[in-house]
Amino acid sequence: MSTGKQLLKKFKIVVVGNGMVGHHFVDEMAKNIDYDITVLSAESRLAYDRVHLSEYFGGKTAEDLAMTTPENYKQLGVNFKTDAKVTLIDKIAKLVGTEQGEIYHYDKLVLATGSFPFVPPIPGKDQDHCLVYRTIDDLEDIAASAKVSKVGVVIGGGLLGLEAANAIKQLGLQTHVVEFAPQLMGVQIDGGGGRLLREKIEELGVQVHTSKATSVIKKGNISRYKLCFSDDTELETDLILFSAGIRPYDNLAREFDLAMGERGGIVVNNQCQTSDADIYAIGECALWNNFIFGLVAPGYAMAKVAAKHIGGLTNDGELAEFTGADMSTKLKLMGVEVGSIGDAHGKTQGSLTYTYENQPEGVYKKIVVSSDKKLLLGAVLIGDTSEYDTLLQYMLNAMELPESPEGLILPMAADKPTLGVDALPDTATICSCHNVTKGDIIAAIDTGSMTVGDVKSCTKAGSGCGGCAALTKSVADNEFEKRGVEVKKDICEHFAYSRRELFDIISVEKIKTFDDLLSKYGKGLGCEICKPVAGSVLASVWNDYILKKPHLSLQDTNDTYLGNMQKDGTYSVVPRIAGGEITPDKLIVLGEVAKKYNLYTKITGGARVDLFGARVEQLPPIWKELVDAGFETGHAYGKSLRTVKSCVGSTWCRYGVQDSMSMAIDLEHRYKGLRAPHKIKFGVSGCTRECAEAQGKDIGIIATENGWNLFVAGNGGMKPRHGDLFATDLDDDTLVKYVDRILMFYVQTGDRLQRTSTWMGNLEGGLAYLQDVIIKDSLGINGALETQMKAIVGTYQCEWKTTIEDPEALKRFQPFVNSDKQDKNIQFVTEREQIRPAREAEKININFIDATEKEVVAEEA
Amino acid sequence: MTNSITEKAEKSWKIICDKTDLVKDSGISALIANATGEDEQIAIFHLPNSEEKIYAVGNYDPIGKANVLYRGIVGSIADEPVVASPLYKQHFSLKTGQCLQEEHRISVYPIRIENEQVQVFY
Repeated sequence: MSTGKQLLKKFKIVVVGNGMVGHHFVDEMAKNIDYDITVLSAESRLAYDRVHLSEYFGGKTAEDLAMTTPENYKQLGVNFKTDAKVTLIDKIAKLVGTEQGEIYHYDKLVLATGSFPFVPPIPGKDQDHCLVYRTIDDLEDIAASAKVSKVGVVIGGGLLGLEAANAIKQLGLQTHVVEFAPQLMGVQIDGGGGRLLREKIEELGVQVHTSKATSVIKKGNISRYKLCFSDDTELETDLILFSAGIRPYDNLAREFDLAMGERGGIVVNNQCQTSDADIYAIGECALWNNFIFGLVAPGYAMAKVAAKHIGGLTNDGELAEFTGADMSTKLKLMGVEVGSIGDAHGKTQGSLTYTYENQPEGVYKKIVVSSDKKLLLGAVLIGDTSEYDTLLQYMLNAMELPESPEGLILPMAADKPTLGVDALPDTATICSCHNVTKGDIIAAIDTGSMTVGDVKSCTKAGSGCGGCAALTKSVADNEFEKRGVEVKKDICEHFAYSRRELFDIISVEKIKTFDDLLSKYGKGLGCEICKPVAGSVLASVWNDYILKKPHLSLQDTNDTYLGNMQKDGTYSVVPRIAGGEITPDKLIVLGEVAKKYNLYTKITGGARVDLFGARVEQLPPIWKELVDAGFETGHAYGKSLRTVKSCVGSTWCRYGVQDSMSMAIDLEHRYKGLRAPHKIKFGVSGCTRECAEAQGKDIGIIATENGWNLFVAGNGGMKPRHGDLFATDLDDDTLVKYVDRILMFYVQTGDRLQRTSTWMGNLEGGLAYLQDVIIKDSLGINGALETQMKAIVGTYQCEWKTTIEDPEALKRFQPFVNSDKQDKNIQFVTEREQIRPAREAEKININFIDATEKEVVAEEA
Repeated sequence: MTNSITEKAEKSWKIICDKTDLVKDSGISALIANATGEDEQIAIFHLPNSEEKIYAVGNYDPIGKANVLYRGIVGSIADEPVVASPLYKQHFSLKTGQCLQEEHRISVYPIRIENEQVQVFY
């Protein structure tokens, strides 16, 4: 390390506040190891994702929402203190002090104190069960209060208020929203949009009361409290949640004499400096151009500017500037899609509007254009935000509109003008959360990104709110195409088709054998890629016994020998233990079989027993004993359903709310044997404690008081991913129906060896699209999916039972066609009282003098 | 080494099994004796749609170090008939024994079908 750098080490940056924006600043700043960064946070937790706070009630934990960890900060070399509220700033001595009396010196101070919820001064607001919605601690208070409440009211019908309403509805309360203004979300959307949004939200069982000013909170007659409104009406409720806007947390600045806005907020310039050049303010506490930005993307932009500016002072970097931010937003409120772009209210002088409303389907769209109809100024989208990306790009890049701009929002417009991504300028912002432009994506491709996934991980595009995922993909795909990178989907040299196309060919053309498929659609002899794919698809579509002669040669060795091949050529034996439930008698059988055949025995992660070290010729007798004892194959070898992990649920557990055990067993038996693009794992938990870790499974089911929450596309393993909450409070039949459809849709459309998590990631439109297909039947295929699943469920057979009853099939388990000898290369040694494969150096070489000599037992030597 | 006393093992076509023991587009394994009379494992593949229809190669996978090649999936890579190791999926040419991905070669054996019987020359 050079001396220069060591000197710089002493350059101290203190960050007050560790919300999303404060953390983003640290992240940006810590890229440069030359600074000594200290984070002081008044909260007990380090930064977490407040944008997705409501998911805390959908099963996400504080850890899921966390954006960083103490370990991560330590690794970055960042000092941090939680529960450390800053109460003192000494601008002359450049010191800050905490409540506990600790003093920190700074060269640069960054205030990222954020905001707090505004609670209107209504008499009675300070009682128990009168809460706000801002932090995880708030959510815990809300959850505790909800347990002893039946009715909940949210005061405030803005964006956050509706999120809060969703949260208490998820907790099972009868929910009301009370708004002072005549419409919901008045900041972002116009009257027409507000009306439709209200209808849709009321359809979901949330009652909306607009133009209501609360004058006092009194003791209730039926419920705990009673809200009295200025128009002499009343509303009884047990829980009150204030969400009437935010106020900047600016008391430090006020107390220690930094310039303030008239109505609060710490005044900052384009570099995010306050009136003291060594103190910066970023995020919701900062007032720029007399405006507070209450969204995360502008906060991130400020964090970046401040970090660059501080860096620039020592690195001669280019000075960055914050010049305002676009407040357009797209989100989903209680399942209702809402989009707001630019001048949503048409306040610009001379602006014109086009409106489309489809009340039966609950869709409202409006665009605001300039008086010459050349430029898009704003838009409101309710119920369907599919045009959001296109419209936003028109506005942000001041691109000239097509001749009839209404075509942009009319559903029936045959020649609907779609904005070619080619037309976007390189400066066009694609991802506003991480400020990624089209130019950044091109640069990423130029420097070696080969796939959309590469582009995303290189630029971070799409990793914030995720709203730009589809646009990012089309920009990247367009660039790949221009570079002549063929987005090739051929599975191998023998078939110029993707797995999905082969699936369609096999089902539509009623093809039943690989030879038939190869002669009609392929070339050559096939290979280890296309054969198992064809085998899997043939099994999915026709559900034949996979070792039937025409299919035999298609299977991977694991499928051929119905076991998992280990490194020494032996196999493992895994009988199905549905849900992990097993009688003592059956457990004894497993032990006896393992002992008799000297198999290495281990409990698997999927709550069953794995027996290792069986030679091919031992597999049939082993399985004969197991099948006779009532076991069936566990399909541990197949790209198919593996296990349904479960807890004991309400039957035994004090906390269980549903019978997760029975559900797990039923599901495991329903889907056993289903052939899929890859293995499938389930989890069923009997309560939100989630002991079965269902959110890490392809299909995760978590019991609620009212039924089941369904999560999809979770994964453990190499790329862990929490499942997405797909639907809530389902009854048993609906749950099974949805799972039938999801699995069959995955079986039909998944790529070879694509787990559900990547499948979902590649579905254009992601979770929302899948919900449309499965719940709303947007493709009109649900009937077919269910029929197909029914056929597969109805024709299940245990492959081992079928095999041991078929002398022809048993011939394959002979080690040699012309000898009864055993493979001498398979040798074991003992470790921890069980066998394990001998390593090369441990193997005993046996030279056969006489080829006709019978058994030479290697182990004895 | 070549002119040693074990030279007595005169090479000839020897019957391995019936043609009906073969599995179409798949493999079986068999034991033969090598020049010194030791057991040697071979993998026999029956590809009726390929040029030579039947192939015999060593059963030992030199990369995975196990006798498993007969359990691999057969097919073709750029018209060369191959078997893919069931362990780590490298391809071995059924004509030459050459591994297409790494510097390894497995033995190949002359094989034919005569009078509905499979014969190997060793």
